[in-house]
Amino acid sequence: MTPVELLTIGLVAAGTFFAFVAVVGIVRLPDLYTRAHATSKSDTLGTILTLGGVALVLGADVSVAKTALLGVFLFVTNPTAAHAITRAAHDQGIEPWTTEDGTDAADDDGTNAADDAGRPAEGAE
Amino acid sequence: MAVSGVVDAVLLAAAGAFVLFAIVLVYRIVAGPTMQDRVIAVNAIGTNAVVVLALLAAALDQPGFLDIALVYGMLNFLMSIAISKFTVERGGVI
Repeated sequence: MTPVELLTIGLVAAGTFFAFVAVVGIVRLPDLYTRAHATSKSDTLGTILTLGGVALVLGADVSVAKTALLGVFLFVTNPTAAHAITRAAHDQGIEPWTTEDGTDAADDDGTNAADDAGRPAEGAE
Repeated sequence: MAVSGVVDAVLLAAAGAFVLFAIVLVYRIVAGPTMQDRVIAVNAIGTNAVVVLALLAAALDQPGFLDIALVYGMLNFLMSIAISKFTVERGGVI
């Protein structure tokens, strides 16, 4: 095991861990905006780390340039896509989940509801 | 480019883990309450597919997979932008 191989294994393992964190966030978090947060941060970091490990394996070749290009491209476009999706959701009137809504984490229908005490929901126009 | 067997096995195992994550994300496509939840999940699955292609290119020694990964990443980004624009403007542009 050369040091480069050890570094490759470490990078790929770290990238897989952060991709796992992103998947847990997308499946478990309560509303759209927090899920977009999970995918735009954890998933991007896991992708960059894994592609770094792949670039180390490929060695000096034109493939390394392609892998670096892929990493830079994903680093730019992944948060941009998440931003566009959440902005579309905001323009459609989907409210963020807050603890003052009278809803709990299990109620993830993506909309605000007035709470049971008769007080209108925060942010209702 | 000589890859030892251990690194090869690690790359293939990581590719399998990413495929498993993509299968788990299908839950969010099926159950996602809003359209945007589904688009977020599809976007994450596309990113996972790009990483799997890159890992397979290194593990199987097939550099042509990297070109496919580049094109797939660009199409994935275009898909997200197009759907988010479509759901707001109801087909005003595309």
